[in-house]
Amino acid sequence: MPKARRQLPKAPTGIQGLDEITGGGLPKGRPTLVCGSAGCGKTLLSMEFLVHGATQFNEPGVFMAFEETVQDLTQNVASLGFDVNDLIASKKMVLDFVYIERSEIEETGEYDLEGLFIRLGYAIDSIGAKRVVLDTIESLFAGLPNPLILRAELRRLFRWLKAKGVTAIITGERGDDKLTRQGLEEYVSDCVILLDHRANEQVSSRRLRVVKYRGSTHGTNEYPFLIDENGISVLPVTSLGLQQVASTGRISTGIPRLDAMLGGAGYYRNSSVLISGTAGTGKSSLAAHFAQAACLRGERTIYFAFEESPSQIMRNMRSIGIDLQPFVKKGLLQFQANRPTFAGLEMHLTMMHKAINAFKPQVVIVDPLNSFIIGGNEIDVKAMLMRLVDFLKMHQITGLFTNLTSGGSALEQTDIAISSLIDTWLLLRSIEIGGERNRGLYILKSRGMAHSNQIREFLLTDHGLELRDVYIGPSGVLTGSARLAQEAQEQAAQTLHDQEVEHRKMNLERQRRVIEAQIAAMRAEFAAQEAETLKIIEQEQAREVHQAQERMEMALSRKADVKPNQKRKKSNEAKTVQSKT
Amino acid sequence: MKPKLSKAKPDLFLLRLYVAGQTPKSMTAFANLKNICEEHLAGRYTIEVVDLLINPTLARGDQILAVPTLVRKLPEPVRKIIGDLSNTERVLIGLDLLPRK
Repeated sequence: MPKARRQLPKAPTGIQGLDEITGGGLPKGRPTLVCGSAGCGKTLLSMEFLVHGATQFNEPGVFMAFEETVQDLTQNVASLGFDVNDLIASKKMVLDFVYIERSEIEETGEYDLEGLFIRLGYAIDSIGAKRVVLDTIESLFAGLPNPLILRAELRRLFRWLKAKGVTAIITGERGDDKLTRQGLEEYVSDCVILLDHRANEQVSSRRLRVVKYRGSTHGTNEYPFLIDENGISVLPVTSLGLQQVASTGRISTGIPRLDAMLGGAGYYRNSSVLISGTAGTGKSSLAAHFAQAACLRGERTIYFAFEESPSQIMRNMRSIGIDLQPFVKKGLLQFQANRPTFAGLEMHLTMMHKAINAFKPQVVIVDPLNSFIIGGNEIDVKAMLMRLVDFLKMHQITGLFTNLTSGGSALEQTDIAISSLIDTWLLLRSIEIGGERNRGLYILKSRGMAHSNQIREFLLTDHGLELRDVYIGPSGVLTGSARLAQEAQEQAAQTLHDQEVEHRKMNLERQRRVIEAQIAAMRAEFAAQEAETLKIIEQEQAREVHQAQERMEMALSRKADVKPNQKRKKSNEAKTVQSKT
Repeated sequence: MKPKLSKAKPDLFLLRLYVAGQTPKSMTAFANLKNICEEHLAGRYTIEVVDLLINPTLARGDQILAVPTLVRKLPEPVRKIIGDLSNTERVLIGLDLLPRK
């Protein structure tokens, strides 16, 4: 008999992202070890677990603090918007500060921690707590002598917590070669979460990893997380599969002739678009066109700018006839400008997630991507972008990214090697011919559509970006003055050609008129001849009739018997007879 | 060797012994305490035994974790001595009846 697979019961943490990674939360009724170095957010994570439990899941909690006083703790988390005092007053939470001062304690023989058990047990029972946090229980080792007793007692404590059926978080400081200094992971073995806070190239980032989760699948990666004014948010999981629904809808690039190049209809909706190019090739202008087009369709757009301030972007775009200000005012367009160095990648990504979740845009523009690359963190950046692209696709958002290609490197190479994530890739390049530099654009790839293969020159005019016609010269595409010269030359040739045609047409007409005149003359002559001939014929006939009449009369006078219809013949015979006679 | 008592002799020692139930450990602690007090503080002490199983809220007030814990409430400052009090020398040090080394 197939048995329905029973999921391990879980206690949701209510922390954004963490419940996704752990498949629903921490193991219910079991202790979980949260370890990490100083300042990595252990206490906060624990506190959020309790606060959310008390406020969202109807699970009161006990927080036993070994390091911070109740007052400090309350104040610290109040800055993150948690009103712990309120929860305490409404009997949804108990905060208990355990004070241990080694110098005040004299050990005089065997002891146990029954006092702690009683204290904790009483706190749990007083509010019917379902959740317990012990932060940081390792302080006991510093405060109490005789580690052997302590270890035995801790083992007993965790067993006791399990027997009580409370979901517990035990925090521990990161040790040198172990997860925790005192090897707590040996005792708490159901679930271990490791928090990390590291600085790379002067930019700090926080990460979370589920080291172990007995009886449950879990995400095994290191997930970046963020502590901000709303507490902890762990980055949503890298999507495990590629199951996004592809849209067949198309949206305009904002430039009609570019739409034409892209199979006549523009980008696919919900696709990822990359615009790469060297400095000053008009990447931001293309992005602005796209933003404008989206806003004109009434779609919400977020513009993440990492190099220019919003007002600078808007000023610059006004110079090419794109006024974004009204859309910002209308609330269709939102600028999010930050220096890349302002925070770590994860922080940026998390902020982007938050902004996107809050604003719910249909279009997201990131300008530019590669400003995130500081030092040698390409792999991180790629991972981050993959997550961003996945996230956008999952939320049915069209993403447009710009990427600055440095002068020396191959144009078709993005610094972050993200081309595989990109559906449509436009490459902007400057074309240096004839002592000038002009802008060219072509479509490197565009998945799922028949797209143009032309290299097109474009101009940034005061009414936007304009694609020019293609002229191929002996040395490739003609641009700038060469194109203008070619245009003029073609114009002249065309004029000449037009004149030639006109000339021939006129000649032909003249010939026609001459011939027509001749025809008319000949016709007239013919008509005259015809008339004359007819006249002669008529006279001849008249004479014949006349003669016949005369003969008839003569016959009559001779009293010849002639049948009227043989009159003529008879008369002829008669004539013959007459002539014989 | 008999430990030498410190010169200052406060009038009254108010001692509170926290235990959790009538366990062998708590019985031992109480017996040890009684002996030490009789020997060194005859007539100048009061012992109060608190069973946390009966009064669990008191554990919080005196910051009790380990049991047995002997708390010297008076004279000030408050001292804490944990364990079954079998090490007399350390008990006396804890009660400030012997100078700390």
